Formats: sequence, structure tokens, C-alpha cells
Amino acid sequence: MTTKPKVSKAELAEQFRAFIDPNYVITDDETMKPYECDGMSMYCEMPLLVVLPETVEQVQRVMRICNENAVPVVARGAGTGLSAGAMPNKEGVVLSLAKFNRIVEIDPLARTARLQPGVRNLAISEEAAQYGLYYGPDPSSQIACTIGGNVAENSGGVHCLKYGLTVHNILSVEMVTAEGDVVTVGSDGLDSCGMDLLALMTGSEGLLGVVTEVKVKLLPKPEVAQVVMAGFDDVQKGGDAVGGIISHGIIPGGLEMMDGHAIIAADDFAQAGYPRDAKALLLCEVDGTEEEVHEHIAEAEEVFRKLGATSVRTSQSEEERALLWKGRKSAFPAVGRISPDYYCMDGTIPRREIAYVLTEMEKMSEEFGLRVANVFHAGDGNLHPLILFDANVPGEFERTEAFGSRILEMCVEVGGCITGEHGVGVEKIRQMAVQFNDEELQQFHDVKAAFDPAGILNPGKGVPALRFCQEYRSLEHKQHTHEHTEAAHG
Amino acid sequence: MADISQQLKEQVLQARDSGHKLNIVGGGTKAFMGREADTDAGTLNVGEHTGIVDYHPVELVLTVRAGTPLSEIEATLAEEGQCLHFEPPHFGGASTIGGTLACNLSGPGRPWAGSVRDQVLGIRLLNGKAEHLRFGGQVMKNVAGYDVSRLQAGALGTLGVITEISMKVMPKPAASLTLVQEMGMDEVIHYMNSRAAEPKPITAACWVDGKVYLRLAGAKSGVEATAEKWSGEVMEQGDKFWQEVQDFHHEFFAGNDVPLWRFSVGSTAAMPKLEGNWFIDWAGSQRWFRGAGELKDLEPAARTAGGQVSLFRGGDRAGEVMHHQPEALKGIQRRIKNAFDPDNIFNPGRLYSWL
Repeated sequence: MTTKPKVSKAELAEQFRAFIDPNYVITDDETMKPYECDGMSMYCEMPLLVVLPETVEQVQRVMRICNENAVPVVARGAGTGLSAGAMPNKEGVVLSLAKFNRIVEIDPLARTARLQPGVRNLAISEEAAQYGLYYGPDPSSQIACTIGGNVAENSGGVHCLKYGLTVHNILSVEMVTAEGDVVTVGSDGLDSCGMDLLALMTGSEGLLGVVTEVKVKLLPKPEVAQVVMAGFDDVQKGGDAVGGIISHGIIPGGLEMMDGHAIIAADDFAQAGYPRDAKALLLCEVDGTEEEVHEHIAEAEEVFRKLGATSVRTSQSEEERALLWKGRKSAFPAVGRISPDYYCMDGTIPRREIAYVLTEMEKMSEEFGLRVANVFHAGDGNLHPLILFDANVPGEFERTEAFGSRILEMCVEVGGCITGEHGVGVEKIRQMAVQFNDEELQQFHDVKAAFDPAGILNPGKGVPALRFCQEYRSLEHKQHTHEHTEAAHG
Repeated sequence: MADISQQLKEQVLQARDSGHKLNIVGGGTKAFMGREADTDAGTLNVGEHTGIVDYHPVELVLTVRAGTPLSEIEATLAEEGQCLHFEPPHFGGASTIGGTLACNLSGPGRPWAGSVRDQVLGIRLLNGKAEHLRFGGQVMKNVAGYDVSRLQAGALGTLGVITEISMKVMPKPAASLTLVQEMGMDEVIHYMNSRAAEPKPITAACWVDGKVYLRLAGAKSGVEATAEKWSGEVMEQGDKFWQEVQDFHHEFFAGNDVPLWRFSVGSTAAMPKLEGNWFIDWAGSQRWFRGAGELKDLEPAARTAGGQVSLFRGGDRAGEVMHHQPEALKGIQRRIKNAFDPDNIFNPGRLYSWL
């Protein structure tokens, strides 16, 4: 943990202004206001100041000054994160990488792109499209989120069952260490000598270094993609069909599931022609060569019918494919229309537990008196329960948080984890104590110290201080923890 | 099939208390890799820590004790029509899954199917304090905590004893076929990369002895349609050829007189001008070189090609065998080692002389 900073706000600003355009060393509350939170707006904090360097050397100097003076540094991309990982530290600097927004180079033959960290995820695929290439990971925030943030969170998206997460799609990262050194981890080769520091950096939530350049792999755009939509009259059948299709030997480009609440909300919004009486809906996209897709689509339709689908529909044109996806892609805002606020959770479970977890969630929904809709990456078992609430009703957000905690704990109980792609940040830091014991958490702290001896990088995020964990485990992690495990697997 | 984790833990504790070092051994098939083992160190045998802990074909997830031989795992998967997609090399029947991860070894399909590191979802690890820890999990997506599981790939056991691994497995492709044609080394880099940039079911590409080999695999119709469009003759016994490449049984790899170097470089990089023979795999990303010389003499060529070089087999293993690390990264890696193994018990000097 950091000690008290050794320097005042004014002194720090003056030091930065010596080498950074003074307009981009922000110290007034009004201009700093947009930086007070990320996409998880329930968690806010005003920083000491905000700085927007534009060269790697400037980033190095910022880091050296902060390291010497024990000033916390929170690196920030587009601020679209959903776990408050970029929430400022009130005694620290927000280091925005917004000015690092250049696509340095695309090499179509090698199928790689060199990017500054502030390049938007979608912009990579847009630029690569002229070569018939695209970048695989496509988080739902891809229109705004940046590649630097994607590295920090190990972002996934709809297509990661087949094409992998960020960690599978990057070759190297140039970063500035807490002490101000520039190092490159990884190389143009597919792997490098020794321990895999690139994997360690990916998903480290800004706690180990500041990413200043990323080299990503690009993929050839599939010739054809088609989507099969299958409706089921109960959640169990829908859940079983997810495993059914995969164990049949087909790895879909995307395999998404919606529950009854989400189906209706999404169909009202997008008018995609979803089966409104279904209790579970699967969207299964198959991509590849024309022949391959033709073969797999026929197999997928048959598998779904055999597993009890009440309706099966396959897109016959690009327009129809887009329409079927439109409902899924607009599901969050669609749910937003039926509730003043919603809280998006992010746990992962083994696929075989989908039906059990959804059923339990319905029970909890009644217990907490809050509605919940489910739209998620079924292929990966990555749930995104949306808890509907009204922030203007006193106590309702607190109840929502408690409901969310129970969902995450249930994910761990069935063999899953507390976050599939949103990260721990501040939001899920307490639940880390459910997934890991003290020795494991201490090992994480020791890894952190190897990169950041003074503890200035994003302190207070990602890994909880051990003294809080015991308390949380005894308070929150009640009797219910082991009941299910014994009943279901005993 | 036995769980000897308690025994392993006690051995680590003993070593710690008595100030001894330990060389970690699984099937003992990769003693030739890395720097020479410390002859004063004792042996920690993980080879008896075996057995499949959990396997759900529907989940495509396998959890297995680290000492389990690859052959046993593959036989179990084959019953369900599944496989280890990263095509691990077998150095005889005793090669284990733990050693494969520690050495980060993957076969010809690696650029498309991913490496062993890519398929790992979680591990259990005995650190130098004899704490038996669990990282990652059994699910495809998990971003809670640092990725300590994948950090082990290539660490050659210097950070602890991998005792259990959860990994993604995949369905076996329904069909596969290999196209072969003659081509010079000057043209082949461009050719392999151009093919890899097409949206076709290519799953391996290598070049040796003036011939380029491309493997197509997946749905039968897609494989056959692509084979008709692409040049090259369909190879008889293509699968056998790739198995030989995967297991280092191809004649290029035979004999120990000439050192075997591994260049992990940019796939399109020009061929380094060095005296010796080449085997180009992974569509240009992994290039095997057989030639005399010293690491420091080969490093500039690897750097120019955007990557690194290491001594894979033979040669002088008393000196460094891995590409030189810059000072800042050395510092970080020393501190990481210290974070996992503060008394420097595991595989001392095996990866680098300074670690």
C-alpha cells in the first residue's frame, strides 16, 4: 500500500507542467469531473489531478515523479470499464492515455497491427477491413473502449469461445514500469523465452505497469457467417442445448443466450421476431468457408431440434442475420427501458450449471424483491445478469449490491468465478476473498510488489488487503455456501 | 493414479528447512532442455502425481494432475472424440502434462489452435513456501486475480511445482488433408503467410528440404473445397508427417552432434543469413536452425527478425541458453522469482544463470 504522498497538488502540477503542455495538466474540479468514474458510475472519486501526456518519455517522467513521491497513479483509457478499475484515487494522478490514439502500422501479410493504447477496439477492425482482416476480441463496448484498456482487463466479447480473449490475440506490449523504465514483453514471435510476462500483464487492471503500445494479431474475415436461433420452453433444455452443440463438435463463432425477461424486452425494442413465449433463446453463429458453414448449420439445426427446441430459425441473408443479432446487441438498453436503473453483473460458471444457476437466480429475485434479466455469453458460461432497480428508492441500490454479491458467490460455489471479463476493480474486491484464500491473495500482493515496489499503480483495486478478507468471509459468506455444492454434486 | 500432493509439500518444506535445492522432474523426458540441472540439488518427483481429476466432455474442460502422461490424457480424450488441440510433442511415452506446460511446448497447429499456454484455464501450484495454491479455474473466462497459471508457461519450473492443470480441450477435426509442393526457401515465407491470411481451414504450415506442407482440417466439405482451389498435391499419410514434426521424429531433428536452435520470430521476417539448415514451422513464426555457433552470435539475427532465439537441444548448456534479457526485465523476473520461491529452491539456474 502507498504511504502518504510527499508532495502537494500544486507542486506536483508544477513539476508536470515543466514537460507537459500545461493545458493537459488538469487541476480544477470542473474539468476533472468527467474523470471521477468509469462505466461503473455508482463508484466515484475526484482525483488530485489529471494528466494527459503525449509521448512515452512524458509517461516515464510522470511515473518517476510519482514513484519518488509515493503518489498513486491510475491509468485510464476510454473509461468504459464496468468494475470501477479506473476510478481515481483521491490522493493520486489520473494518467489518461487518450492522446495515444494512433494506429502505428498494419502489416497485412503478417496479420498484425501496432497500436497506441488509446486506439479504439472497433477502429482496429475498421482499419484492417481493407485487407480482409479484423481483430478478434469484441467487447460490447467496442465502439468506445481502447486496446490499452482491453489489455488491462483481458477483454473478451461475443466471439471468444472460438477466437479467444485479449491474451490470445496479442503478441507484445510495450509498457512503462512503476519506476519509469520502458520494457517490451512479448515479441513478434508467438512466444518468448522464459516465464510468460505477457500473460501476467494481460488482465492486471493497471496494477503492474502502464501500457504504451500493443501489437495485436489480426484474423482473416470469415467468408460466411450464419446464425441459427433456437427457442426453448424451459431453461433446462436451453442450458443443455449449449453443451449439446459444443460437444457435437461445432465451435460456434458466437453462442448467446437470453432468458424469458430479456427475450421480451429485446423483441419489444428490436422487433427481431423472437419467440416471445420462449423461456430461453439461443443465438448460435457459425462462421467459416461457405461449405463448412453450410454443413455445420444443418447439423446445428438438427441438434437443437433433437434437444427439444420449440422453434428453430436460420438467417437466410445478411439482413436477417443482422436483425437476429440486433435484439441481442440492444438487449442491455432494451432492458434499460423497462427499469429506471440496472446493474450488470459478470460471473462465469461451468456450462452444465446454466439451468441450475438461472433457476436459483429466479428464487433470489423473489427473495430480494428485485427483477433480474439474463443476457449472456452462453458458450463461455459467462453470465451477465441485469438486476433491475430504482436508485431513487432509498435502500434499493444496497439491496441490488447484496443480490449481486449472492450471485457471484453462487458462481464460485458451482465451480466458476466472480468475473469473466469486467475485472475486479473496486466493485468485486470483496468477493475476491470468496474465490481465493489468504495465501493466494498474498501471492498476488507479492507479484504486484515485484513490478511496483512502492505500490503506486492503481492502489486499492484488484486484490483486497488481507485484513478485510476474514471479516467479509465471516459476515457475508454464510451457511448457504456449501449447501448447493453438497446437494448438487454430493 | 495417485494424489501425492501432501508428500510433495512435505519434501518442499524439508528442502526449505534444510536449505536444499530441488530439481523438479515429471516423466524425465526433457532433461535436455534449459541449462544444465544443478547437480547438488535433490529431485522432486512429480511423475507419480497422476490421474484425471475431472473431465466433462460437454464443457471441453479437463482437470488433471501434473504428472499424468500425455498419452494417458489423449487416450481418454479420444474416447470422446476430443484432443489436445495444441499438439504437444511426445518425447517418448513418459512426457507429462506438467512438464509440457512448464516448457511451453506446442506442436505444428499452434498458430491456429493456440499453444498449451493458451489452453490453460487454471493450475494448482506449490510455491517455495510449500503453500499449495489455486489460481484461475475451470471456466473459459476468468479475470479474477493475476494470470499466474499462464505465467508458468516457459518458466521451466523456476516459480514452483505445478501440481494440477485445468485446460480447454477441443473436438477432433472431422477431416484433414495435407498439400505438399516444392518451393525454395526464398519464396516460402511469403507463400505461407499469404495462405494464412485467407479465410480457409488451414491448421499447419511448414517447410523443410525444399518442400512446403500445408494442412487443412475441419468440416470435410470445407477442407475438400479448399484443397481443390489451392495448389499442391494431396499427401499420402499426411497425418503421419505432422505427427513426426510434432514429436521431433522428422529426420531434420535427428542426431545430437549439431546443436538445435529455436528462433521464435515475426512470421514474415526475412530468413537470417546463417550457415546451417532450417526447418520453418508455424507459417514462419518458429524456425528451427541446426548449426554451430554461440547464443550471442545468433541473437542479432533473431532481434532483426523481431524475436528471440534459444538453444533447444545440444550445444553448450553451461552458459545461457535463452535469449538475453534487458536489465529492467531481469530485475522484474528476479523479483517475481523471489515472490514465489524466496529461498531459491526450485530448479536453480535452469532457466537463466541469474535466476
